[in-house]
Amino acid sequence: MIQVEHLTRVFGEFTAVHNVSFEVGKGEIFAFLGPNGAGKTTTIKMLTTLLQPTSGKIWLDGLDPTVEKHKTRQSFGIVFQDPSLDGDMTGYENLELHAVLYHVPKKVAKERIETLMKLFELWDKRDVQVKKYSGGMKRRLEIARGFLHTPKILFLDEPTLGLDPQSRNQLWAQVKQLNEKEQVTVFLTTHYMDEADRVAHRIAIIDHGKIVEIGTPAQIKERTNATTLEEAFLTLTGSGIRDESADPAAAMRQFAQMWKR
Amino acid sequence: MGVIYILWLRELKRYSRSRAQMIASLGQPLLYLLALGFGLGPVYRQAGHGSYIQFLAPGVIGMTVLFSAIFSGMGLLWDRQFGFLKETLVAPVPRLIIMAGRTLGGATVAICQGLLVTIVSVLAGFRPVSLAMVPVGLAFMVMIAIVFAALGTAIGSALKDMQGFQMTMNFLVMPIFFLSGALFPLTTVGKVLHWITIFDPLAYGIDGMRSTLLSAAQSQVRFGPVVDGAVLVGVALLFLSLGAYSFSKIEI
Repeated sequence: MIQVEHLTRVFGEFTAVHNVSFEVGKGEIFAFLGPNGAGKTTTIKMLTTLLQPTSGKIWLDGLDPTVEKHKTRQSFGIVFQDPSLDGDMTGYENLELHAVLYHVPKKVAKERIETLMKLFELWDKRDVQVKKYSGGMKRRLEIARGFLHTPKILFLDEPTLGLDPQSRNQLWAQVKQLNEKEQVTVFLTTHYMDEADRVAHRIAIIDHGKIVEIGTPAQIKERTNATTLEEAFLTLTGSGIRDESADPAAAMRQFAQMWKR
Repeated sequence: MGVIYILWLRELKRYSRSRAQMIASLGQPLLYLLALGFGLGPVYRQAGHGSYIQFLAPGVIGMTVLFSAIFSGMGLLWDRQFGFLKETLVAPVPRLIIMAGRTLGGATVAICQGLLVTIVSVLAGFRPVSLAMVPVGLAFMVMIAIVFAALGTAIGSALKDMQGFQMTMNFLVMPIFFLSGALFPLTTVGKVLHWITIFDPLAYGIDGMRSTLLSAAQSQVRFGPVVDGAVLVGVALLFLSLGAYSFSKIEI
């Protein structure tokens, strides 16, 4: 469903993503993990037509996102790291607008919005302005919106950031349910290792723009002799801040990443 | 078409939902109309130009439409801040369509606001000379709305944050307003001001409204409705292209 070959992106002197290759199969939940500034968001941006790669090839469901922008956009849904809802409109209206933007026929959209809002437990609040929603509700609405046009792939960029464990558990249960029912491929990033361990079928760990390990959670733990994924992650990427600031190039890269936003 | 409609509708919904803002934004025009209208009225009459309220009302209506249209266009900055812009920019829809929906919506909001102020003006004593010409006067209001909604979109796309907003207000919007002849006739100003004001699009809009809504004696017409209309259409096309161009350059 997703094929990436020798993907590279250079910003000036910094190589944010360096010669990255991987594949994600249909219906798979694939987690992309890495420390801050490792190149996760840059990769997602390239996969979702928002950034041109410097070199390398991408196919999403057989489409090249650098060439067939609109066709590719129709085939995936995305939940951004930062919120992207209209607070002045109601939850229902936000979804309705999305349906029009993604050319979902009116009748289909109506049923689909109802199904999704019920699944994500937002139906009772459908006529409430989004600015009055709680953080967890906003997040669920965004994920429901990502599923609305029945995409083949759903990108989730740190969807559970800032949510309490209850909301996180519930959210992943709902995502898993839709993944199984509709065979949607899910590509996610997160900083919560336990989540990745539980939810993802396969995991890639990226650091300094390169993939350092890829496989099922069990395989990764086995290869690094770790009992938890967090331990494996730290073995592979170092103890984070100390190692990164010791390397001036890494510090600069982080700096560059910060300013790009 | 559906996309343009739903984005247009969104602007209207946001407008109708912020009643407080709607009423607050009537405050300024009301102040100009009443304080200046009744304050400078006697002086204006003594100078032999007739009723100042008559002369002032189209100017204040033009001002309202100018502010409202520019702000709607710059609503893009808020959408960027709150992230909603991304949702529209990653959709499988050409940017030109998105820009068209937003700009039309912004212009429509400005027209609504202009109509409200027109009603207030009539309550304050403003009387169009010929009812038959009122639609033509309104057409000028529509053109002002489109010109400045497009300009607002162009500026909103180019600015990255809120800091630029104050700059735009002080160095662009306020000069456009004060140099448009909204408050004083431009027929009798000196050479320098004459040449500066000739580049102010709002001057043509207000001149067009005056030449259609007022009697010849009251209106102090400068260019006449034909020139006004032609210039406004030209500027509208220019600003719309500018808006479309700078909107297409937005990076997320």
